Amino acid sequence: MCGHCGCGDETAATVLNLQTGKETAIKRNEREHDHPNAHGHFHDHSHDHDHGHQHVHTEGSPRRRSHAHDPGAAAPAGEILTLEARILAKNDAVAEKNRAWFKGREILALNLMSAPGAGKTTLLERTIRDLKDELRLYVVEGDQATANDGERIRAAGAPAVQVNTGSGCHLDADMVARGLRELKPAPGSTVMIENVGNLVCPALFDLGERAKVVILSVTEGDDKPLKYPHMFKAAAMMVMSKMDLLPYVDFDAERALANALQVNPSIASLRLSARTGEGLGAWYGWLRQELAEVRALAFS
Amino acid sequence: MHELGITENIVGIVGEAAKGRRVTRVTLEVGKLSGVMSDAIAFCFDVVAKGTALEGASLEILEIDGRACCEACGLEFETESLFDPCRCGSYRLRRIRGEELIVKSIEMAEAA
Repeated sequence: MCGHCGCGDETAATVLNLQTGKETAIKRNEREHDHPNAHGHFHDHSHDHDHGHQHVHTEGSPRRRSHAHDPGAAAPAGEILTLEARILAKNDAVAEKNRAWFKGREILALNLMSAPGAGKTTLLERTIRDLKDELRLYVVEGDQATANDGERIRAAGAPAVQVNTGSGCHLDADMVARGLRELKPAPGSTVMIENVGNLVCPALFDLGERAKVVILSVTEGDDKPLKYPHMFKAAAMMVMSKMDLLPYVDFDAERALANALQVNPSIASLRLSARTGEGLGAWYGWLRQELAEVRALAFS
Repeated sequence: MHELGITENIVGIVGEAAKGRRVTRVTLEVGKLSGVMSDAIAFCFDVVAKGTALEGASLEILEIDGRACCEACGLEFETESLFDPCRCGSYRLRRIRGEELIVKSIEMAEAA
């Protein structure tokens, strides 16, 4: 039904533990049952009511339409229930549980996002190899299908779980919670959550991470921050990747940074190439600093 | 196309609140800066609602205009984008409206 990313078919999401080979399906009704206390949020939002409204009306199925809008219809006993319920409340509640779980274990959790092919997995492979004696890295790999990236991470030397979102175009907090249950990251470790390659949907879903990192490769346009503002607004760090290819493309790193700052004046940025190693020192420095802050905050 | 997942959340929230009663109308507030397209929710709604208490319900979406407050000069102004600056030139803006994603109310066929 969705020509954009294939959302809408009934393919179920799965979690594959790459250490044990165990695969678990995430069924929809199971997911709803898993967090029974995350629901009661019907009155937790307040806002003023003097705003401009525009109405978009759509009708139900034709069969129902005439009934629902026939002024002469019986059943005047209709009851209007005010909910004021935040639509993402359930995801956000699970994300907060994940965040508390990470915090209690002094785990640094980062949500890595980019368009497909920007180099998320390559950067992770290189990071795992370079920091293997220093950081305990775990990876939650999100893709619509295949365990290819999870296998690459395993081969690089880090424990990984592969979450296949099936029809879904992003990871949600519940998928990450299930992935963590299989992954069992050690206290004090770093968990990299590699989101589905997509610059739109993942921006809206809090996973419980400490920070969102957006990776923008120089083979993309330097106007991406303006084209996909939600992503760059949500991110704390923008990594410009594949800098070794800069001489061959029209990408202007200064302009890309200026565009990102326009959307998000607080965004930090780095430039690197996972292939040549250029700029990786600053990336590792940032990881160390984030991990140190997680440790400092653990009992705050 | 996160609107499918968003719509599933909407149908879940409404289904729980309706407690088995048939829902005839759902009213949402969707901010224009929320990153969610009203048309896409409307597109998904009938499909997701099928076989639930919401099947056949009409959907009303109130689109909320964006409004920002400049952290540099304090000016409040309407805005349609996430990257237009304040008149004073600053990009440090606090969004005070337009990011809503709310199930506002529902109407049911019969009283509780």
